[in-house]
Amino acid sequence: MSTEISDALVVPSAQAHTGKGLGTGNPADAFVIEPPRKRTEKTPRRTRTNFEMLAWLFMRLSGIVLVVLILGHLLIMLVLDGGVSKIGFAFVAGRWASPFWQVWDLAMLWLAMLHGANGMRQVINDYAEKDSTRLWLKGLMGTATVFTVLLGTLVIFTFDPNI
Amino acid sequence: MSTPTVEKHSAALDAVEAGGVELITVTFRIRRFNPEEHPDPVWVDYQLTMDPKERVLDALNKIKWEQDGTLTYRRSCAHGICGSDAMRINGRNRLACKTLVKDVNPEKPITIEAIKGLTVLKDLIVDMDPFFQAYKDVMPFLITQGNDPTRERLQSAEDRERFDDTTKCILCAACTSSCPVFWNDGQYFGPAAIVNAHRFIFDSRDEGAEQRLEILNDREGVWRCRTTFNCSEACPRGIEVTKAIQEVKRALVTRRF
Repeated sequence: MSTEISDALVVPSAQAHTGKGLGTGNPADAFVIEPPRKRTEKTPRRTRTNFEMLAWLFMRLSGIVLVVLILGHLLIMLVLDGGVSKIGFAFVAGRWASPFWQVWDLAMLWLAMLHGANGMRQVINDYAEKDSTRLWLKGLMGTATVFTVLLGTLVIFTFDPNI
Repeated sequence: MSTPTVEKHSAALDAVEAGGVELITVTFRIRRFNPEEHPDPVWVDYQLTMDPKERVLDALNKIKWEQDGTLTYRRSCAHGICGSDAMRINGRNRLACKTLVKDVNPEKPITIEAIKGLTVLKDLIVDMDPFFQAYKDVMPFLITQGNDPTRERLQSAEDRERFDDTTKCILCAACTSSCPVFWNDGQYFGPAAIVNAHRFIFDSRDEGAEQRLEILNDREGVWRCRTTFNCSEACPRGIEVTKAIQEVKRALVTRRF
């Protein structure tokens, strides 16, 4: 049985099967969907980098660190010393006077944002069907991530308790 | 001194000899697809009177031979070795030739459909080319350097044990077509290809491990695996597929650092 399908007949799997054919005259053409792992012009080139491995490792390691950072953060913010009612400008200003809490919050910001962004990257890779959608979503997410990380970093380092 | 053996029959054998095989009526709900007739697949019910201890493949044969000759499916050895008849039975990937009707709740209609993630050509037949392409891409053959030895390549029992689990693969595609990552991203190598790479990566006689690891280190390689364990659950040979994938990941991490 031949399962060879010429490139001309391959339509993206996102396209609805209309049953009207693709204009080649063969009624069976309409039902041909793009077979996975088929080598086409658009097949991504081999990258030869360790990016995916590093991203995978980063998820594991940052996850472990984040458990400590975030649980500690929640404990301080919500439980100890009267809980949420104590939080105010003065409380935050007092904590950021110490370099220890500055580093703590900075690490939490960077790790959480990059961890979340990498997770979202996976979700977008999974669910976006069109290349253009994927590009847009990833671009949007990347911009938001960079903006948040930079703004947060700026605030932590330039925070002035006397404003 | 031999003790006289009492003729011990199994309950099933007793029933057969007494002519008392209990036949039941089973409904098979099969997802039929014929692109030349209709663009959409349809579910078709077939009723059979059969022994619940028979296999699903027997039921399919019975339907094809006695009720509807147009039913199309693959099967070759019918004994769980050739890997031709992987299909989705009651929503799980199984080999029709290794699944007994009594084990898939014959009281309700038993649903049978083609494995997911690969193009359905007709009824239960899918295009396996992409699956085998991924298999070929990991170079599933012995790679060595230098002159061939004059004798066979020897290997200790422990070295053989290292990859014993992954030698059991019959390439039925039950694992790959149960993988949600593969459903979404057909470029992913899929569990079966990684299992077969594992079989050579951890073979002490083989010298191509680095090349295979490099191939699987790519964007569509092992790092796409989300450890959902669907593959381990689907494997009709009981291979610990997810474990094999994790071992390849570990080999990559430890060799790169």
